[in-house]
Amino acid sequence: MSMLEIKDLSVTFGGLHALKNLDFRVEEGEIVSVIGPNGAGKTTFFNMISGMVTPTSGDIFFEGESLLGLDPSQVTERGIARTFQNVRLFANMTILENVMVAQHCRTDQKVFGALFQTKAFKSEEEAIRTYGEEVLSFFGSRLTGYRLDQPASVLSYANRRRLEIARAMATRPRLLLLDEPVAGMNPRESAELTTLIGRLRTEWGFTVVMIEHDMSVVRDVSDRVVVLDHGETIAQGSYEDVANDPQVIEAYLGRPVGSEEIPGESS
Amino acid sequence: MTAISNDPSIYETPGINWRRQIRFGLIGALSTAFISLAGMPVGLDGRSIIQPVLSMGYLSLLWVPFVFASIAGSEVVLEGMAERQRSARDLWAGALVGLGSSGGVVLLMILIQNFDLRDPLVNWSPQLLELLSFDRSAAFGMVIWLVLGTFLGFLGGSMHVVPQKFRSATLTVCLSVFGVSVLETFLTDLLEGFGLEGLTDLVYYKRGGLEVLGAVAVAALALAVPLIAGPRVARVKTQVIEMPSEERRRVNLALLAVSAALLFVLPFFLGKITNELLANVGLFVLLALGLNIVVGLAGILDLGYVAFFAVGGYTTAVLTSPNSPGFSPELPWPVALIAVVILTGLVGLFIGAPVIRMRGDYLAIVTLGFGEIIRLLFLSDWLSGWFGGAQGITNIPGVNVGIATVKGTDPRSVFLLVLVFCGIAIYVSWRLENSRLGRAWMAIREDEDVAEAMGVNTTNTKLMAFVVGAVLASFSGAIFSAKVGSIFPTSFLMLVSIIILVVVIVGGMGNITGVIVGALVLIGVLGGPKQPGLLQEFSQFKLLIYGALLVWMMLKRPEGLVPNVRRTRELHQEEFLQDAWLKGEIDTDDQEGTA
Amino acid sequence: MATTHDGKPTSRVLWVDRFLALIRITFVVLISVGLIAFVAQQIDPQNPLARWLNPDATGLTAPQFKGLLVTGLAQGAMYGLIALGYSMVYGVLGFINFAHGEVFMVGAMSGMITSNKLAEAGLWEDAFVFSLLFVVVTSILISTATAVIMERIAYRPLRGSPRLIPLITSIGVSFFLQNMSVVLLGPGAKSYPSLPSWLSQKRSLLGFEIEGTKLVVLLTAAVSMAGLWFLVERTKTGKAMRAVAEDKEIAALMGIDVNRTIVTTFAVGGAMAGVAGILWGILFRSVIHTTGFLPGIKAFSAAVVGGIGNLGGAMAGGLSLGAAEATAPLVLLEPLGVDGVSQLRDAVAFAVLIFVLLVKPSGLFGERLSEEDRA
Repeated sequence: MSMLEIKDLSVTFGGLHALKNLDFRVEEGEIVSVIGPNGAGKTTFFNMISGMVTPTSGDIFFEGESLLGLDPSQVTERGIARTFQNVRLFANMTILENVMVAQHCRTDQKVFGALFQTKAFKSEEEAIRTYGEEVLSFFGSRLTGYRLDQPASVLSYANRRRLEIARAMATRPRLLLLDEPVAGMNPRESAELTTLIGRLRTEWGFTVVMIEHDMSVVRDVSDRVVVLDHGETIAQGSYEDVANDPQVIEAYLGRPVGSEEIPGESS
Repeated sequence: MTAISNDPSIYETPGINWRRQIRFGLIGALSTAFISLAGMPVGLDGRSIIQPVLSMGYLSLLWVPFVFASIAGSEVVLEGMAERQRSARDLWAGALVGLGSSGGVVLLMILIQNFDLRDPLVNWSPQLLELLSFDRSAAFGMVIWLVLGTFLGFLGGSMHVVPQKFRSATLTVCLSVFGVSVLETFLTDLLEGFGLEGLTDLVYYKRGGLEVLGAVAVAALALAVPLIAGPRVARVKTQVIEMPSEERRRVNLALLAVSAALLFVLPFFLGKITNELLANVGLFVLLALGLNIVVGLAGILDLGYVAFFAVGGYTTAVLTSPNSPGFSPELPWPVALIAVVILTGLVGLFIGAPVIRMRGDYLAIVTLGFGEIIRLLFLSDWLSGWFGGAQGITNIPGVNVGIATVKGTDPRSVFLLVLVFCGIAIYVSWRLENSRLGRAWMAIREDEDVAEAMGVNTTNTKLMAFVVGAVLASFSGAIFSAKVGSIFPTSFLMLVSIIILVVVIVGGMGNITGVIVGALVLIGVLGGPKQPGLLQEFSQFKLLIYGALLVWMMLKRPEGLVPNVRRTRELHQEEFLQDAWLKGEIDTDDQEGTA
Repeated sequence: MATTHDGKPTSRVLWVDRFLALIRITFVVLISVGLIAFVAQQIDPQNPLARWLNPDATGLTAPQFKGLLVTGLAQGAMYGLIALGYSMVYGVLGFINFAHGEVFMVGAMSGMITSNKLAEAGLWEDAFVFSLLFVVVTSILISTATAVIMERIAYRPLRGSPRLIPLITSIGVSFFLQNMSVVLLGPGAKSYPSLPSWLSQKRSLLGFEIEGTKLVVLLTAAVSMAGLWFLVERTKTGKAMRAVAEDKEIAALMGIDVNRTIVTTFAVGGAMAGVAGILWGILFRSVIHTTGFLPGIKAFSAAVVGGIGNLGGAMAGGLSLGAAEATAPLVLLEPLGVDGVSQLRDAVAFAVLIFVLLVKPSGLFGERLSEEDRA
């Protein structure tokens, strides 16, 4: 059984197909990249898996269970976490609080525990704090130490992206959806993040699906690449296969897919 | 906002912006005319600030030239630009604004002399003219106004010329004299409690207002105390800050305990009126703390909050009063309270469930609708068999707590009871804010969609905020009905919801201290929907002032009087980011972390 | 490791959804039972079904029902006129201008002042039509000015802030305007001069007995609506308004003066509220500072019922809300055996709002909002 299986899925917005008869599967432990020109439906694809958009037809199975009709929080609870293309942190909460609140669905203390400071409450607080710090230290010392109590809004762009990934990790997912994780990073930063994405699989055991425009990242880290265009899969396979696929080249305005850059990539 | 212009002139220090001064002068003129026609000078004349020199009535006009001139003179200085060199011309600019402001009064006087518009405008009266002419001839009054206005404007303008020290000293003196005068009832009462009536007679005039000498003494004290005690306080402060966190916590805790103990002793030194006043303030603190959870923490704008207050009040009345028309178990208050909490919580769920998925602004209007529906139901003949309709429910017994019965006739015990419940509410707010639930509320306030995507069940979490808020309001309702002894639908107008909202916003959304300060300042000084505050003369103007305050706060200080650090950031995010960037706090590069 | 949640995953359907479904069903059941009981008592008040629910059932005569309907529609037309202002501002700026009801009150107040002055001068009786026109024009001018000043002072500086901020501000503005009326004009209710008898006379039209005043209200509303439709759909200004409603930034890039367009929107809304204010004066001949509150909220409800941002919808919503609140107490509640139903008129109006938002949040005729405002 595949970890994630999408069957014949379509999403329409007011008559326009954002996604059309999409079939897609992810095996446990894979790193899959989804690429495609702007407007190909990549983000809709993520929104749909995470429950923020309801598909018009088709079905999504995660570990054998259909995700249709679940609220986004329920999807997260079942083990899928995501990041956002246009970083959406809780900007006025501290960095630690950002990763603590992400553990909401893994914890269950309610009003009573908080009011009477029960043992269970304290140990849970302690546990999510420790786990939060652990997740943050995955990115070195950038998000830890004195940073823990700073609001997320003071972070640099690259660090906000890192914090978003940390926040998604804090939900303890099995499948991680990364929406353009290296967008806006310089080459050195994106190279570093590429290795980290590899470590997400080896050290944390996450399965990763990511949308990415930066072909060097895609090449270095993914087992498999899926190309979307106009809401349809036009190719999939290893990076080399896909890069040489004539349909893919055509989708990207006929320019050969080089190792450098692809037209339409955001800086 | 950060657009860079190539126009070189903007980098040079500009001169006085005369158009701005003229605009402020005109606005000042409109303001004074409006204040006069609103009836403030006449209505507030009875309240004196400094006997015979200054009454609240005149002050309601006199602040305009001074404050407007000083606002007109203050300019936003952009980061990286030199502040304009101040000169004597600033004084004349201020004088111009002051002249304009008093011009409004003079123009109005001329109009009153020549036309009769008393029909629509109730304050267009000879009485007003008389007051404005200082009981002499109108011409004399006009000259005085123009001179006075110009002089005050001049002073206002001078605020930017004199050194900072003088500026803050002036502010301290003005505020403390005004404050001591406003707090007259309270202070007299307190001093009497300590057996210091002599001091009262020294400072206050027999029939209200400060004596001239008293005012001078207050001003002198206000200047002297910071000079003498200032450095010492600062030293202690740094000492505390430098303490290790464990020790600092202990100091804070001790401080808290001492102030709580003082607060509980306080009512025994106060008279009836003051205790009554503080009990009313306490009821609003309770309500505002509850609404603060809903609006300040979870970001849900509930305009029908009074509904929970009403349900709490009515449930208590039905359960405790022998006069309850339908069902009258005559339970003791503490037992009834348990039922009240459960029932109000359920009503919170019942009202919350249908609205919780709505868009924020629709939710606001629909909750307002629910608030009105609940009041209309209590008022209706249909349910009058239960709630008494317009006649309400009377003869509600007080709270029997073993030693004494807490009743409206004994404001001291009511105040103590309210204090206990405020303590509970503060504890609840504080603990919840720093818990899983509180973090989830904040996340929802920041970005609901993302909170949901991060695994927060936003529906349940928001409902929880509704229920906790409802329960806190029900405490207030239960105490209210025991205190007043009878309950009518007219106590639960939409007005109450709005006033609580103003208290929360003026104090500072999402901030416990702010909410308490807000209630003290607004309810204590101006008064609640029906309860008089320290400035009883303001009762006809307080709602006008509430409205103006709400607008002004939203425009100029959305974070409230006592800002919550967090909330402030949210409201001024862009500015903060710029500041942080300028100070180099934001890491533009993160070399440090790569290792 | 922290306490991972090992229990069963949360169930798919939240209890809230079940509860909502229950409320929807209750609403529908109440309405149907009420209607059935009404029909039953119309057939025969002694009918066992009617008597079972309400032993004192009397039923309504046809003229009674028509009378209710006409009253409802006339008030509804007024709500519709006010609703246009809510709807337009929501369409363009995406926030509820809570103070719009107060603009209507200002219109009614200024109408009261001018008409009384005219009556003092003897013109109200002698040249009624001319005087009324004068009153309408001044009222339009004053309420338009109020709306424009309000926008300039309170809302323009807040453009682009989170949407609850301008809403809270508008609550403050509403409070201020209400109490401004109290301190300037005094707290009591004030009356309009009496109307000439040829106007208040009942006339029969299409089988309805309509008082002249209600006819005037309906006609004025129709004319204003037509004028507004022409403005929005057929003029350059209207095109600019629609463009700004769709996307402010793009509209600005296309050379549209966004500020001016927003001011125009407020002005037009204010003018409509001014007209509605005079209609209120003609219908009820009495104004007080709180006059704007309930009609304001109801007009907002009407805008939502009709689909916010949709101008035709706002008027249709106003008419349906007016009709509903006039007839529902006697048609739905009385047959159910509720006492003192006329006291529950306002509650009915709010219930309609809640019902529509629960069943069809985008309103009966569909909302017209840009993507960002819909969020």
